[in-house]
Amino acid sequence: METLSFEFPAGQPPRGRALVGCVGSGDLEVLIEPGLAGKLSIRVQTSVNGSEQRWQHLFARMFDGQTPPALSIDIHDFGATPGVVRLRLEQGFEEIGHD
Amino acid sequence: MTDSAALLNKHSFVELGARQRAKALLDDGTFRELLDPFQRIMSPWLLRQGVVPQSDDGVVIAKGSLDGLPVVIAAIEGAFQGGSLGEVGGAKIAGALELAAEDNRNGIPTRAVLLLETGGVRLQEANLGLAAIAEIHSAIVDLRQYQPVVGVVAGSVGCFGGMSIAAGLCSYLLVTQEARLGLNGPQVIEQEAGIDEYDSRDRPFIWSLTGGEQRFATALVDRYAADDVTQIRQQVSQLLHLGVPAQHRSGQAELFLQRLARLDTDVQIEPTTVRQLYQGERP
Repeated sequence: METLSFEFPAGQPPRGRALVGCVGSGDLEVLIEPGLAGKLSIRVQTSVNGSEQRWQHLFARMFDGQTPPALSIDIHDFGATPGVVRLRLEQGFEEIGHD
Repeated sequence: MTDSAALLNKHSFVELGARQRAKALLDDGTFRELLDPFQRIMSPWLLRQGVVPQSDDGVVIAKGSLDGLPVVIAAIEGAFQGGSLGEVGGAKIAGALELAAEDNRNGIPTRAVLLLETGGVRLQEANLGLAAIAEIHSAIVDLRQYQPVVGVVAGSVGCFGGMSIAAGLCSYLLVTQEARLGLNGPQVIEQEAGIDEYDSRDRPFIWSLTGGEQRFATALVDRYAADDVTQIRQQVSQLLHLGVPAQHRSGQAELFLQRLARLDTDVQIEPTTVRQLYQGERP
């Protein structure tokens, strides 16, 4: 198991928060809360060791060419594939938009 | 209605996660979660053993109303660590039940619904999990003297170990065809009794002995519902309205022991043998 931290430049914090997913086999839990203005910070606890590069690329690609909202994201990962991670993150972003 | 239209209109309960199940049972807009995941009351033991924790420790406690009745729901998330109960998740359930009993002593008729998807104690938390389950047992026994405690085993994990005893202590128990209920899980029995006696990978065999339909036919549960949100909600509501049963199943140990005493252990036990043995008058 590994704990990883990432930071990206961001805009303003949203008002809502969201929880999506579950720490089940091949899935992950994502908690999204408003962060400090200008900063998107992500903390990942994952069952898969040696996966820092993969997470870095996944986030970088996702936020490429856009300014994401300022968030504090907590991820509890139980071996989700990059595709599942991306789907969960997009689901979470959509849900904070609803609040 | 065509078959495909019926399928599209069906809302499965089994496929819902713990939080969604609690929301599906409660009246619209009344769901209020206690110790929600953003409070991050997590297991302090899993991390130290290299296991990724979950922000609610796999247990959702929700208050609200069901057809106007005040209820507290404890829902176990079967997908997280097999729905196993550790120190935190167990304490959440025990605490919720204890507060519901306290409500009743203060004139608020809070009922409880337990959504059980669990393999029992979380082995990584050993005695702390066992102690929590014992607290759940005594809290059920305390609360059920005031108001019904309804247990629901929908599947697909089932309900095993110490939590199967909790299920047995409930005022009423509801299962679906997907459900399994038993003290020992199939793999444990196979390990102890041998694969010739009990093949844990033979699904029809396992369900024929511990599945929801068989448990209903042997009067060990009270209701057998289809995997459908509306049906399960209706049946839970009916059970809550029934009030406290005249006699709890766990108070009828003598009756069940008499039935077991009639069992012929010289021949291999078949599901039909068990049905014949247990089909006394339904309580």
